[in-house]
Amino acid sequence: MSEQAKTKISVQDLHLYYGQFHALKGITMEIPEHEITALIGPSGCGKSTFLKTLNRMNDLEPNVRIEGSVRLDGADIYQDMDAIELRKRVGMVFQQPNPFPKSIFENVVYGPRINGIRNKAELEEICERSLRQAAIWDELKDRLGKSALGLSGGQQQRLCIARTLAVEPDVILMDEPTSALDPISTGKIEELAMQLKKDYTIVIVTHNMQQATRVSDRTAFFLLGDLVEYGDTQELFSNPKDERTERYITGRFG
Amino acid sequence: MESTILNFGTQADAAGHRPAALKREDSMSNVHASKKTKGYYFRKEYLGRGIATGCGLFIVVLTLAIGVFLLVRGTGTFTRFHHSILEFLFSSDWSPVDTATGSGGGVGAAVFIAGSLLTCGLALLMITPFSIGAAIFMTEIAPKSGEKIFRPAVEIFVGIPSVVYGWIGLTVLVPWIKNVFHPKMGGYSVLAASIVLAVMIFPTITTVAADAIRSTPDAFRKAGYGLGSTRWQVIYRIVLPASRSGIMTGIILGLARAFGEALAVAMVIGKTRAFPKNLLSPTNNLTAEIAADMGNTASGGEANMALWTMALLLFLISMLFIFLIHLISGKGILQVEN
Amino acid sequence: MQARIRSARRTDEVMTVVFYAVGGFFLVLILILAGYIIINGLRSYYPGIFGTTSSGIGNQLFNTVYLVFWSLLISVPIGVLAGIYMAEYAKPNKLTKFLRISIESLSSLPSIVVGLFGYLVFILMTGAKWNLMAGALAVSILSLPSITTTTEDAMKSLPKSYKAGSMALGATHWTTIIKVLLPACFPRIITGVILAAGRGFGEAAALLYTAGQSTVINWNNWNLTSKTCPLNPFRPGETLALHIWVMRTEGSLNPNSEKIANFSAAVLVIIVLLFSLAARMITKHIGRKAVGEKA
Repeated sequence: MSEQAKTKISVQDLHLYYGQFHALKGITMEIPEHEITALIGPSGCGKSTFLKTLNRMNDLEPNVRIEGSVRLDGADIYQDMDAIELRKRVGMVFQQPNPFPKSIFENVVYGPRINGIRNKAELEEICERSLRQAAIWDELKDRLGKSALGLSGGQQQRLCIARTLAVEPDVILMDEPTSALDPISTGKIEELAMQLKKDYTIVIVTHNMQQATRVSDRTAFFLLGDLVEYGDTQELFSNPKDERTERYITGRFG
Repeated sequence: MESTILNFGTQADAAGHRPAALKREDSMSNVHASKKTKGYYFRKEYLGRGIATGCGLFIVVLTLAIGVFLLVRGTGTFTRFHHSILEFLFSSDWSPVDTATGSGGGVGAAVFIAGSLLTCGLALLMITPFSIGAAIFMTEIAPKSGEKIFRPAVEIFVGIPSVVYGWIGLTVLVPWIKNVFHPKMGGYSVLAASIVLAVMIFPTITTVAADAIRSTPDAFRKAGYGLGSTRWQVIYRIVLPASRSGIMTGIILGLARAFGEALAVAMVIGKTRAFPKNLLSPTNNLTAEIAADMGNTASGGEANMALWTMALLLFLISMLFIFLIHLISGKGILQVEN
Repeated sequence: MQARIRSARRTDEVMTVVFYAVGGFFLVLILILAGYIIINGLRSYYPGIFGTTSSGIGNQLFNTVYLVFWSLLISVPIGVLAGIYMAEYAKPNKLTKFLRISIESLSSLPSIVVGLFGYLVFILMTGAKWNLMAGALAVSILSLPSITTTTEDAMKSLPKSYKAGSMALGATHWTTIIKVLLPACFPRIITGVILAAGRGFGEAAALLYTAGQSTVINWNNWNLTSKTCPLNPFRPGETLALHIWVMRTEGSLNPNSEKIANFSAAVLVIIVLLFSLAARMITKHIGRKAVGEKA
């Protein structure tokens, strides 16, 4: 199915430097629409850094220099778009659940609010829709006014996903979204990700190869700032073309 | 497609549970497509950032203004009335002419400077051992009750306004000194001023020293105990030397507070324009003299100007203290105090 | 060897006793001091001491509160915004370093020096008479550094993920600050403001030549431009702390001066204690309770 999928994000020869350090060395890849693309590799390989270039979160860090192009639906996100506008279209879920110290309701409608929606009924509708999409409405509907910090880690992460959905992005970036969660919560997030791909394009960084095989359609293997291998997940895991990929997925590699 | 390798839940399964949702209308995406205007960024970012930056700059300007105004005003003694800096610092002939234009009097502030140095020095001498002792008590000896009882108590010390210290000094300490020592001039004395200052700077030195002691790595203590030291040996030979710079910083902060204190000292020092003969005789200091006479002298006159020079001296001394603290601790006093 | 160990033990025991004595001494001293001020003050109470005549402290009490109110109105916005600048926008360059030194210098200035600056700028240069606003401005200069540093520290101690989360939703940096970061450190800032207010209540040296050492209020006069209207901040406004200073010299003129000063001291200490108690309680509640309710 991935063959005929339309390309959502197209990355051409992307280099990233932290000061003198060359963190991404010429990444070229096409991320298809309505699929889940997993980024794997040992820690420090650049997969999270790469993920952050897709919604320009690296802009927030000092001394970062980027060369090459990233195109979202054909538009260069570093030339033709500003970061604020881009981040509304490319949402992000972080490694640690990061709800704001506000109520559940205020967390979900934060994005719509800062975009100028003031109508209470409309906000409530967005809140319900987003929480339903994140499959957590039933758990939270009776406690929307309570602090989001009182939720369990898994609930917090799904709330953060709902918060991202409320902005109605096209793409959702997930940066090791389950690494801080227990197995049951992890299962729920994975299931959710697979449901969401019908409507969204998802890019997920994971250090967990089983997770990549469970959820993703395509997998990219990063090593020391290089994209070593990228292709159909099943293919990559069962029949890796590069020896380094094979060594990594069979666990013979740092 | 199915994830075949490990045979966990399949996507086919997951697809079955898809919510009947709920993607936005396509027309909404036009909202995204519109590029944000300059007006948007002005309202949402530049305006706020500009105001915040302005407030930061305001503090710089304010500080510079205080320095420059004091400098301009305070150097009048030397530029307009042609006194020498040496006369101001070392002469004890204080007889400035108190008219708007008259000149030719003496502006020797040595008595006031000596009064400040003497009272502050004595206060420091009295209280430093106790402060360090109290700091050790609340961190090393009884850390639990130190945190729960002693620290709040020290905060009460800080909270009592300085005029109240002065008032207690005036109504309790001065009569007490008078009754016990029977000095010729009553109880107003260097001793009274020093005791009041000592009590006032006790919390400053204690809290800063306690923080420094607390931040000594535990590994040091364990190493000491491991070698068979007693607690006192660990404190004396390991903890105190390790936290020396923090303790010094606390002492200088205390000194700075004592130097700048005005009304509490003014109430008990006796305001006598003469070097003290002993600890029980009255004298005067910089702050008390400024507080007493600034409003009574003819503005811009020689006497008035000499008082401004004393204010400038206070300003310069407080800058010197900041410099010393940076030199000793390698960090700013704000980090130390918090 | 045995003897040395024994003597080391004995020294240790002696020193432990010494430290307990020092700690105990100061604990007792503070209790006696605070207790004496409050009890002696309350015992000096007489009917009419809260009145607004020269034998009461009603006007001074009002002036104190009113002056602190104005000083906070000025210093809190500037201090918080400057703190935001320091925490979020300041780049590590020379200007920022200089700003940090400026804040430090301000915070270590003797209050009488700040008072003299106020006297020079707000009284002499404007040609005004002693007025409460000049005093409020002087006190706000004194509280500015602590409010700035409190805000900066509070913001810097927030989890980085708040900012990342908000920015990832397409918020601008400023929106993130106002909608997420500032509310999240609100309790800490309030604590800082309360402590600053407490210091403002007790301030006297900075007010000596700004707010003035007298006050005349006509409580039936609500004409804001009048020199005797209570709410007119441009009238002389002697505060409670300053009143103690003034009473010291008025012994012969006012038969009640000692009682008034005693009572004023007690009132000041009680106010300051209540304020630091409030700050302490808020600090305790931070973390326990998250802010934000369904709007």
